[in-house]
Amino acid sequence: MYVIVVGGGKVGYYLAKALISAGQEVTLIEKLRRRFDLLQEEFGDAAFLGDGCEVHTLENAGAARADLVAAVTGDDEDNLVICQMAKRKFKVKRAIARINNPKNESTFQMLGIDETVSSTKLIYSLIEREVEVADVIPLTALRKGHLDLVEVALTENVPSVNRRVRDLVLPTNCTLAILIRGDTAQPIHEETVLRAGDSIVAIMPAAIVPQFREALLGKAVPTH
Amino acid sequence: MHVVIMGYGRVGATLALMLETEGHSVAIIDKDPEAFLRWLGRRFRGQTVLGNGIDEDVLRKAGIERATGFAAATSGDNSNIMSAQIAKVKYKVSRVIARIFDPLRAEAYQTLGIDTISPTLIGAGMCRDFMMGAPWRSISEYQALPEFLAHA
Repeated sequence: MYVIVVGGGKVGYYLAKALISAGQEVTLIEKLRRRFDLLQEEFGDAAFLGDGCEVHTLENAGAARADLVAAVTGDDEDNLVICQMAKRKFKVKRAIARINNPKNESTFQMLGIDETVSSTKLIYSLIEREVEVADVIPLTALRKGHLDLVEVALTENVPSVNRRVRDLVLPTNCTLAILIRGDTAQPIHEETVLRAGDSIVAIMPAAIVPQFREALLGKAVPTH
Repeated sequence: MHVVIMGYGRVGATLALMLETEGHSVAIIDKDPEAFLRWLGRRFRGQTVLGNGIDEDVLRKAGIERATGFAAATSGDNSNIMSAQIAKVKYKVSRVIARIFDPLRAEAYQTLGIDTISPTLIGAGMCRDFMMGAPWRSISEYQALPEFLAHA
C-alpha cells in the first residue's frame, strides 16, 4: 500500500514511522525546511519537502498512485484542502483528516471528508465516560459506622436500568429506601422499574456496599 | 442585502466600506483584534465579529444565515476555501466568493463549484497587458491557468 502523510509534526512523524515498520511504502510531506532536514535524516527519500496543500507537491509526491492520503497537520483548514485535493483532483480512494477542533468533524463530513480523527474528541470522550460512570455516594454513617446510608445515581448503561427491583440480585440486609425520580421522592416497591436518571437511597451494612454497587451498576470498569 | 466579509485586511476593509456606502448591511469577521483598529477599519460603522470564519459559531454571529453574499478575503487560502464552502454548502448563501492567491488551488476549487478570485493571475496579467499596450481582457481570460503553471 502506498501512503502519503502530509504534515511532519509529531503525529506525522510517528505515523510514518509506524507505517514504514509495518512494511508500507510511505512519503512524508513537510513544508518547513528545518523540520524537513530532521525528517530526512530519519526517513531518507521518504521525506519530501513541500507544501502539501499545493497541487504540484501532491503531484510530485505521487498522489495519483496513492492508496491513501493522511492529512495530519495542526491546521484543520489545511487538512481539509489536502484531503479534498487528494480525493477530487487525484482520485485517491481514502483520505483521512486529523481534526483539531471537534466541531469541524461535521463540517468535514458535509464537505465530503468522512474519515476524520480528532484527538481532542477522543480524550474528551474518555474523560466524559469517566465522569458519567455512576457510583455510590456515601451520605452518612449510622449506628457508629456499622450501617451506611448511600445514594446511587443510575446512568443509561448500567445493568439495573429498565429492570424491576424484585429481579435484582441484591445482597441480603440491604434496604432500598427511597427512589428519587426527577424532583420527586417515592418509596421503592418490588414492582418498581428502575430508569436511567433515577437515584436510589439505600441503607446497608458498610461491608456489603461493594456487592450492592455491583448489583446495581455492574462490575467496576478499570480506568487505566 | 446582508453581506458577510471574512478577513479585514486591505481588500476586506475596502470592500466593506464600498458596500456600506452603497447602503448594504455588512458584517466583518477577523481573528485579529488589531485589524479593526487600522485606519480604514475605524471608518466602518457596521458589525464586527472577532473570531475565525471557519468556525460556524462565528459565521452565525455575523449573520450568515440571512446573508445573500459572502466574501472570504483573509491571507490564508485554505481558510478562505473552507469558510466559502461552509457558507455555500451549509448556509446556502447565494453569492459566495473566495480570494485565493495560489492560482492552481483557485482553479481546482473553481472546477469544484466554488467561485474564486485569483489576484495573482489577474495582477500579473494586467501588468503584462499594460506594458504591452494590449487592451484589458475579461476576468476569466486573466484567470485562465497558463500552461507553465499547469505543468510545472
